[in-house]
Amino acid sequence: MAGGGNSGDARGGRALLRIGLGALGVAAFVALWDAAYVFNWAPRGTLPDPFAVPGALLAEWRGDRLLPAVGSSLVHYVWGLGVGTVLGFGVGLLSATSRVFDDAHYMLARILRPIPPLAWVVFAIAWFQVSHAGAAFVISIGVFWVNYFATAAGVRDVDPRYYELARAFGHGGFIKRVGSVTLPGAAPGILSGMRTGVGQAWMTLIAAELLGVPGMGQEMNAAAGVGAYDAVVVYMLAISLIYTLSDGLFALIEKRLLRWRP
Amino acid sequence: MLEVRDLAYRFPGAEAPVFEGLDFTIGAGEFVALVGGSGVGKSTVLRNVSGLIRPSGGRTTSPQVAERGTRDTAFVFQDTRLLPWRRIRANVGYGLAGLGLSRAEKRARIDEVLTLIGMRDFGPRWPHAVSGGQAQRVGLARALAVHPRLLLMDEPFSAVDALTRQRLQDELLEIWRRLRMAVLFVTHDIAEAVYLADRVCVLRGAPADIVFDEAVPAARPHRRNDPDLQAFAVRVADHL
Repeated sequence: MAGGGNSGDARGGRALLRIGLGALGVAAFVALWDAAYVFNWAPRGTLPDPFAVPGALLAEWRGDRLLPAVGSSLVHYVWGLGVGTVLGFGVGLLSATSRVFDDAHYMLARILRPIPPLAWVVFAIAWFQVSHAGAAFVISIGVFWVNYFATAAGVRDVDPRYYELARAFGHGGFIKRVGSVTLPGAAPGILSGMRTGVGQAWMTLIAAELLGVPGMGQEMNAAAGVGAYDAVVVYMLAISLIYTLSDGLFALIEKRLLRWRP
Repeated sequence: MLEVRDLAYRFPGAEAPVFEGLDFTIGAGEFVALVGGSGVGKSTVLRNVSGLIRPSGGRTTSPQVAERGTRDTAFVFQDTRLLPWRRIRANVGYGLAGLGLSRAEKRARIDEVLTLIGMRDFGPRWPHAVSGGQAQRVGLARALAVHPRLLLMDEPFSAVDALTRQRLQDELLEIWRRLRMAVLFVTHDIAEAVYLADRVCVLRGAPADIVFDEAVPAARPHRRNDPDLQAFAVRVADHL
């Protein structure tokens, strides 16, 4: 018992030390940033005072710009992430389970895959004009590829001996096989891809909104246009916060779904 | 119970069959051990009999009149092959889908076989939380849950330590004595074969054939140190 208590104390102490060092790292970064501001290491007027950021946050909040921008970005995010995830998962699953489909689409995939999501912005504007759908479309492309490759690789990596087991115990049909072996066996890879997609969607979101769709990207663009770089930082920190929350939520779901792992 | 006639199998792309012309039968409730060296095709025979792979020639006939809630054959794998994402109960009940059993009947069937293998309390555990011997018992329970008329066992105890192996052999014999299904037990361990089986067949050659097929000359229950069994084991070894 005493040993267990000591071990628990040691873990608690290590956690506190980690938090302390982490906070120190953030403080050092802010100090460096402040020094850069004070000594004008960046072109004058392009680097905000870090201590002005709380005031800028208050101004964005009171100006009724922050929450609508966050809400609008979330609409793009949820649609883009949802559509990209579902399609990427579906096409990835099909490519790993159907030889004919895999043969029919692999060349097309190799042609399209290297094209960055943002290269589709011009088509997004042409097809959807400057709209929520256009931003969601651009986001969904990046998310699609992440999920497509993760799902296809995850399914291909499932131990083939489990398929023999499925056949031996009456689960040889496609639906039963996929439900009892393919999806649970590939779940670690699929969920890892989905989690990457959750992050990827945020990366693409802001750039997609720079085309003028209301959201945090547009607000950042507008603020930078009038030299309000402290407001730009407010939106950057808002993105960081929302990403951390969404990633944390997904990590909880992932942990729950993969609780069978040792 | 099972009749195998002129069975042959050639792996895709292979020039020669791994075995050909195999003839043997297994009577209802009979325990038959199939012995042979590594790579001779013992496991392939089992897969042919179970229908997991299609023979290149010959045929296997079994009654194929599985009653409701049963399967004609059930397989116990060498590597246990428990699905890591299903709890022990769900692994045991894996073969019960599609057999026309109600949910209550499935629950009762799972309880029945978990009790039979002495793991009634292990149902909620994940496979990674049981030992190698326990995992092998669960693999056996999964097969027993479908009330098979023929149990196909592919070197099921080869990966456990000697003590656990002897214990599992005795447990298997006790279960077989109570349920009396036919068993085709593949092993490379002659002592195991003569201790467990009513009859021992030896598979040898390339392509392989059954070169020895005799009843074990001892009344049950077999004793490990029975001189008759040991003499029989020497005769089996002579044919390997």
